[in-house]
Amino acid sequence: MDNQNKLLNEVAERDYRFGFVTDIETDVIPKGLSEEVVRIISAKKEEPEFMLEFRLKAYRKWLTMKMPDWAQLKIPEIDYQEIIYYAAPRQQPKYESLDQVDPELLSTFAKLGIPLEEQKMLAGVAVDAVMDSVSVKTTFKENLAELGIIFCSFSEAVKHHPDLVQKYLGMVVPPNDNFFAALNCAVFSDGSFVYIPKGVRCPMELSTYFRINAKNTGQFERTLIIADNDSYVSYLEGCTAPMRDENQLHAAVVEIIALDRAEVKYSTVQNWYPGNKEGIGGIYNFVTKRGLCKGESSKIYWNQVETGSAITWKYPSCILAGDNSVAEFNSVALTNNYQQADTGTKMIHLGKNTKSTIVSKGISAGHSSNSYRGLVRVAAKAENSRNYSQCDSLLLGENCGAHTFPYIEVGNQNSVVEHEATTSKIGEDQIFYCNQRGISTQDAIGMIVNGYAREVINKLPMEFAVEAQKLLQISLEGSVG
Amino acid sequence: MLIIKDLHASVEGKEILRGINLTINAGEVHAIMGPNGSGKSTLANVLAGNTNYEVTKGEVTFNGKDLLSMTADVRAKEGLFLSFQYPVEIPGVSMINFLKTAVNESRKYHQLKELSAGDFLKVMREKKEMVQIDSQLTNRSVNEGFSGGEKKKNEIFQMAMLEPKLAILDETDSGLDIDALRIVANGVNLLKRAENATIVVTHYQRLLDYIVPDFVHVLYKGQIVKSAGKELVLELEEKGYDWIKKELGE
Repeated sequence: MDNQNKLLNEVAERDYRFGFVTDIETDVIPKGLSEEVVRIISAKKEEPEFMLEFRLKAYRKWLTMKMPDWAQLKIPEIDYQEIIYYAAPRQQPKYESLDQVDPELLSTFAKLGIPLEEQKMLAGVAVDAVMDSVSVKTTFKENLAELGIIFCSFSEAVKHHPDLVQKYLGMVVPPNDNFFAALNCAVFSDGSFVYIPKGVRCPMELSTYFRINAKNTGQFERTLIIADNDSYVSYLEGCTAPMRDENQLHAAVVEIIALDRAEVKYSTVQNWYPGNKEGIGGIYNFVTKRGLCKGESSKIYWNQVETGSAITWKYPSCILAGDNSVAEFNSVALTNNYQQADTGTKMIHLGKNTKSTIVSKGISAGHSSNSYRGLVRVAAKAENSRNYSQCDSLLLGENCGAHTFPYIEVGNQNSVVEHEATTSKIGEDQIFYCNQRGISTQDAIGMIVNGYAREVINKLPMEFAVEAQKLLQISLEGSVG
Repeated sequence: MLIIKDLHASVEGKEILRGINLTINAGEVHAIMGPNGSGKSTLANVLAGNTNYEVTKGEVTFNGKDLLSMTADVRAKEGLFLSFQYPVEIPGVSMINFLKTAVNESRKYHQLKELSAGDFLKVMREKKEMVQIDSQLTNRSVNEGFSGGEKKKNEIFQMAMLEPKLAILDETDSGLDIDALRIVANGVNLLKRAENATIVVTHYQRLLDYIVPDFVHVLYKGQIVKSAGKELVLELEEKGYDWIKKELGE
């Protein structure tokens, strides 16, 4: 062991509350994961005791767990000791100017119509000017504060609202839930926190976008959303621009709690770097997202458009615990080249008269593999519950694959579960029809795919929907010759 | 406008067109008739650039340009329109969005300004009245759940929107009742201009009662075996295609 590691171990074993932070502020944490590293992360973030315990419990559990191997995915071996678990608060800009950035990436930005300053930020170029959104952000925060809405980074929430965090953190995704969730619980660096007070309708779409400008959240992100009785919030995550990241492994956790009659809409557009055309590089996206309809007549909606990442392992789920609660999962997952996705949802009906809907649209092109995996479980006491699932797959070309793995468990006689699945190919006749009206093949494919996904895209907030449409089209460029 | 010289084409290795020669001038209406399997639809598809058909020989000039070297979408933007025998359904794509894209792609190609949503809707309203298409159809997905007659009317409506130089109507009369037939034919006649031309591909003479051709060609076994004026329609009606076969010594 080198001297630096020794020193760090010594430091880590000291009590973190005593003037420890200033000691390590400029230090670099070595790669690899150990109990010390977990303690350092917690200490660096000046966390209260309960957070450290939460992390340590998760870490100890993680040590006993194995990476899941049941998904329809080929995952290269990941050496967890090769990863640096504490992302420096501020990443150094990678480039001096946009001229140094991959021109292909820039042309995609241009197609998406992303403002120049934002392009710089996304590509990792030093941003010199003060961005307009800073002032926007301030007014935005003031408006929310007046209503009692808390919308801040996870670290701020731990500092300023520890009671809320302690009460709800891990309520939906406990530290021992699964391998990646346990890892996230142990080492997560930051994320978002939302609390909507009783009876408040959040007047605007909450978007992490406002926050990303201020802070890089790193590869282990944690989101916690709490909607108190009779409240409403629509939350947007992600970005249509292709996000580059040096960290290949991403293991985020999102928890949503909806109390009595509360309604939460969570929309995602995910476009992490998918790797190149030969399947080299790209992000591994192993995400645990789950919502708890805790209160009666509460509602949670997951809407997602996924086009990025080399490997996606993701099942935004809902536990319908409150009587008369409602959950929806609306998803478009597009894979191209050598991307792999194993994604779907779980709907766990516990309360009476609960209702869930699943609409999953898979689109596979190139040599990609796209699987839907969904569980619908109706517990014995969840009387008169209903589920409707529709899982469609669209194939472009001969070398891609689509799979559907539905699991259905119904524990009583008076609930109804319906499942429909279709697989189709983009017809040459459809493309020719478009061509004959003067629409190029590339535009025709974009149009046909968007038509196929329209049901889901229509569920997205307006500005997101427009971007998502462009994104689907761009993601398929070059997929059909 | 259109000059076809010794055109040969095949599908899956089987030769269907065996040396077509045809010249069409602006302002003319040509009818291409013939028994089933004579190559009528193949000719329409080859001209429109359907890649399922392979051109093995010959040349086609469209307004002085080499048509065969253009992709299907460029041919469309150059002003060639095919009214499909079996219009294709595209679920989830609204007719409005589809047509707006088509119209604006063509305008861009000709370096014209794209139509704004308002202008586009205005033009659409005019053309809808012209071809008497039900307003509701344009709010639905492209051809999805349309009846046979609605699909054909929709083809003529698209033709009205795109204002082609050369329109090829492939068996537009098939599956139409007499009222729909009259509406469709009426639409085609209203769109007739001195500077554009129409090719009516049909198996029956019925449609030609409404769209009166200047020239009639009989296609048989991949070749044009007889060309004449509109009187040929009546002769065919009377004697049937067997008469042609006899004349050819079969």
